[in-house]
Amino acid sequence: MAVQSDVMEAAGPYDRARALNAFKLGDVSFYWITRVCAISVLLILGGIIISLIVGAWPAIVAFGPSFLTTARWAPSADPPVLGALGPLYGTMVTAVIAMIVAIPVGLGIAIFLTELCPQWLRRPIGIAIELLAGIPSIIYGMWGFFVLGPFLANYFQPLVIDTFANVPVLGTIFAGPPSYLSLFNAALILAIMVLPFITAISVDVFKTVPPVLKEAAYGVGCTTWEVVRNVVIPYTRVGVIGGIMLALGRALGETMAVTFIIGNAFRINGSVFSPGTTISAAIASEFAESDGLHQSGLILLGLLLFVLTFFVLAAARLMLLRLEKKAGK
Amino acid sequence: MNFVKAIVAAGLVAASTSAFAADITGAGSTFIYPVLSKWADAYKKESGSGVNYQSIGSGAGIKQIQAKTVTFGATDMPLTVAQLEKDGLSQWPTIMGAIVPVVNIEGVNAGDMVLDGDTLAKIYLGTITKWDDPAIKKLNPKLNLPSAAIAVVHRSDGSGTTFNFSDYLSKVSADWKSKVGEGTTVEWPVGVGAKGNEGVSGNIGQTKNAIGYVEYAYAKQNKLTYTKLVNKGGKTVEPTMEAFKAAAANADWAHAPGYYLILTDQPGDKSWPITASTFVLMHKEPADKANSAEAIKFFKFAFEKGDKMAEDLDYIPMPESVVKTIEKTWSADIKS
Repeated sequence: MAVQSDVMEAAGPYDRARALNAFKLGDVSFYWITRVCAISVLLILGGIIISLIVGAWPAIVAFGPSFLTTARWAPSADPPVLGALGPLYGTMVTAVIAMIVAIPVGLGIAIFLTELCPQWLRRPIGIAIELLAGIPSIIYGMWGFFVLGPFLANYFQPLVIDTFANVPVLGTIFAGPPSYLSLFNAALILAIMVLPFITAISVDVFKTVPPVLKEAAYGVGCTTWEVVRNVVIPYTRVGVIGGIMLALGRALGETMAVTFIIGNAFRINGSVFSPGTTISAAIASEFAESDGLHQSGLILLGLLLFVLTFFVLAAARLMLLRLEKKAGK
Repeated sequence: MNFVKAIVAAGLVAASTSAFAADITGAGSTFIYPVLSKWADAYKKESGSGVNYQSIGSGAGIKQIQAKTVTFGATDMPLTVAQLEKDGLSQWPTIMGAIVPVVNIEGVNAGDMVLDGDTLAKIYLGTITKWDDPAIKKLNPKLNLPSAAIAVVHRSDGSGTTFNFSDYLSKVSADWKSKVGEGTTVEWPVGVGAKGNEGVSGNIGQTKNAIGYVEYAYAKQNKLTYTKLVNKGGKTVEPTMEAFKAAAANADWAHAPGYYLILTDQPGDKSWPITASTFVLMHKEPADKANSAEAIKFFKFAFEKGDKMAEDLDYIPMPESVVKTIEKTWSADIKS
């Protein structure tokens, strides 16, 4: 208001047109400032894509499509042989295991918090979840290295390995020897890291369910499980999936914590208890000392991760659109 | 006011091409960094010139000197004569270090275990998988070795340490040479990767029955369980300063064009087999001759007065005879 009256006075009591022009100028410049901000995002994104492609070009020319199907990663061979299959496999496997663990637990926490939790416990659990999201990833890496890894290798993995030793498929997936640096351990750390994303977003969307719907369901004799299953989840599906996709995006790209505990081995092994590597871990550990084709190959890996993440997000969008149509909204 | 004076002084110095108080810039090897910064400190006190060194890794150091953004580069992996000539670079070894295998086996103390090159290569190839393998038992008849799987640990980041370690394995094992070869990052057939010396030693400390390799200085300062090695002469040697110096003394630097010589697997009964050196790279015709001359002065100072500082940090100084040859190379190669 103060600004307005200043302008009015400066323009004189009857000069309406000038006063309005001054406002218009403000509006136009505001429009352009915000527009430039918005466009800069596109420019940055475009710049990143272009520089990734330029950097990766020598590797694209040298390896072509075989980059995607080769499991060997031998930068010191002559000529170098680089294939992305190992890191791609590691990225997928860790992300999938992380989601298998994190989705039920994350949703479970969210449901407990919104539907069942006594009022006095709500805040402590809610704050704990938020703190979990605020821990820097390097701390997770160190904790995984010194605490979780040894625990899993000494107690959990031997148990699982012995239990499934003679079961056909599971026997291969959970084959020994126990290792505190493995795909499984990295995936578990990832699960803990993405848990807050799933929980926080789910809690927020669960709160948007109109109480009258739930009360009606309870009124006709539904159990809590039935209310959650048939009222809360269908009502909030879009938001929950959004949270899960955000979590998946983080799981695919997480670097430091994974580098600490995945073992950084470019091999594909059927067992989830064997060391592996992910795209981001491979880049983080090798980029500094790389040159020539090796470096170009690492940049190409980065481009692959970019594309992968893009497709995950696009698929999520598509799925949401379908669901919305089905729900008849 | 002092600040203005300093700027004016710096301008005058630069204009008169007298190198007083000019800062020398360098980049490269992380291995040389601790001793180089100690030298730089001492040199600053003596001459007033500072050395600004970025330990960004050998590969990046080579790139920086090729691009002429620094006065000198430092690398753990020497360039070949052809590579040197392409960019008009001069190269010489500055300091040496050693790499030792370290293990974590219950009941085995530092220096208890003996390994030879072939066995080490087989462990890293994955053909020897248990500690009670006959090949290891034969070398260690007195040790009580467990029938446990060997947990192999290697560096995950590109490193000069890996280069020298894999170069040694290539020299002693034809199998290793054909299947893996040498490089700052190689295609490890088995094991887990960890970042840096500290990552490797951290992994070994945590994992029972593990083996890995680290720089000697690192193993010594952290009291890791190192092993003895059988050298080229068939003798079992302990990793000591004396054994490293023997390897350096037996190396034939004078007949290595461009000082292209990798110190692993040197002859001599007392030589430690995995010894390594860090090389400095400078342009033969530097763009900034004053800076280049100052850098040479710095390295001359390091050779003359830096030996004690290097040994304090468990590095091995270059032998006197080699230093003389290098000084001749300077006056012949680098124009100032």
